[in-house]
Amino acid sequence: MTPWTPDQPLVSIRNVHKSYGDIEVLKGISLDVMKGQVICIIGPSGSGKSTLIRCINALNDIQSGSILVEGQEVHDPKLDKLALRRKVGMVFQQYNLFPHKTALQNVMMAPIKVLKENRAEVEARARDLLKKVRLEGKENHYPGELSGGQQQRVAIARSLAMRPDVMLFDEVTAALDPETVKEVLVTIKDLAADGMTCILVTHEMGFAREVSDHVYFTDKGVIVEHGAPADFFGNAQDPRTRAFLDQVL
Amino acid sequence: MIDTIQDFFRDLAASAPHWNFVWIYDDHQMNRVLTGLWMTIKLSVFCLIFSVIIGIVGAWAQGAKSSLLRAAVAGYVQFFRNTPPLLQLLFFYFALGQFTPSYSPDGWLEVPLISSVGWAIISLSFFAGAFNIEIFRAGIEAVPHSTREAAESLGMTRLQTYTNVVLPLALRISLPSLSANLINLVKTTNQAYAIAVPELLYQSVAIWNDYPSAQNPTMLLLLVAYLGLVGILSLGMGSWEKKLRIPGYGA
Repeated sequence: MTPWTPDQPLVSIRNVHKSYGDIEVLKGISLDVMKGQVICIIGPSGSGKSTLIRCINALNDIQSGSILVEGQEVHDPKLDKLALRRKVGMVFQQYNLFPHKTALQNVMMAPIKVLKENRAEVEARARDLLKKVRLEGKENHYPGELSGGQQQRVAIARSLAMRPDVMLFDEVTAALDPETVKEVLVTIKDLAADGMTCILVTHEMGFAREVSDHVYFTDKGVIVEHGAPADFFGNAQDPRTRAFLDQVL
Repeated sequence: MIDTIQDFFRDLAASAPHWNFVWIYDDHQMNRVLTGLWMTIKLSVFCLIFSVIIGIVGAWAQGAKSSLLRAAVAGYVQFFRNTPPLLQLLFFYFALGQFTPSYSPDGWLEVPLISSVGWAIISLSFFAGAFNIEIFRAGIEAVPHSTREAAESLGMTRLQTYTNVVLPLALRISLPSLSANLINLVKTTNQAYAIAVPELLYQSVAIWNDYPSAQNPTMLLLLVAYLGLVGILSLGMGSWEKKLRIPGYGA
């Protein structure tokens, strides 16, 4: 296999099928994400968006098809999953911070334990990251002492501390109240502006339109329609897409 | 000072025949009480440590891939949880004790490799360990799957996820039940009396067999001693619980 070069898609998904028992959740999904691109996946609940994004870092397995991250097949049984996950950051809907660790410790844990990096260097980087997500002064707070939006930003910093090549965001604002949604979205927007490759599953249409390079609409396990955000939101072709957009916009 | 106290109890024994605090003024009896207490403390500490180790290892093995290992742990838990600890002590000492090798330090005496104290520690550790496995399992299962997933998605191995995330949280969840079981364990150590382990109850009975007039005071001593031992343990566990409390968690 030829080695991956940056002019090839960083994430390449081809004809992916995934079932839970008899229920087929993904029915042949294909999409490409280039380095530095921000793509949004939108669609009704149960359309397979989260399942798809979880397949990219092998939290879910797939039945058939192929997912390449930097040219490596994610669902090759011989693949080192841990090495893959070091390259692919993930942020969850429910933050999933380590509740017994402070914000700073949450960010520092993986670089120290997984990457075996020097503690002092990791701490300096973690403090910078927390500053970057606008949480200066909250370093020693436990997750239980932070608001949802603050916890989610710690989760983003925790993921960034591993210096991933691509970040996955799984409905990261769905559990937040409207006021704190904005602070998380601003953080992601900063990241995108810095050139981070991002794949987002989101219900924030305004945000998707503003920040993404490409929007995918999924329904019932297939990609119904996709396009640049201006086209997609302004000129949707498929009746299902239009019905969905009419409901949410 | 000590002499006055001893004289007081000597006089008390003379005037009140049921209240002979013999172990206060008789050095030999005092020695029995102290060696008995020390044995009870040793039994408790060893059993505590071993039972917690059994609990942690067993709870880990319950999540193992090998179904044989899982079945073995389940069988062990069922056996030790569902039979009386006194019976287990007798079984270990009399039944298994027959098959353990012995050695002869002087060419005359045959000494079994595992003493009655050894059997008591083994038997009681296995007894309490069975409960500890269930307690830790409940704690581990109460850690949300999503928290584990977050650790895995950061590239942590199963062992790293366990030691850094799952176990610290599971321990906090398990601690109240663990305290209850360890308190029970300390109290159960006096069943080693049945296989002649010279612990506090054994020595107390020996004292009141020699001095029937000392039965009331010695029983009182037993109660106070166990109250004290268990009190220290539960205070210790309580302050540990408080120390591990996470600000803002579970509130």
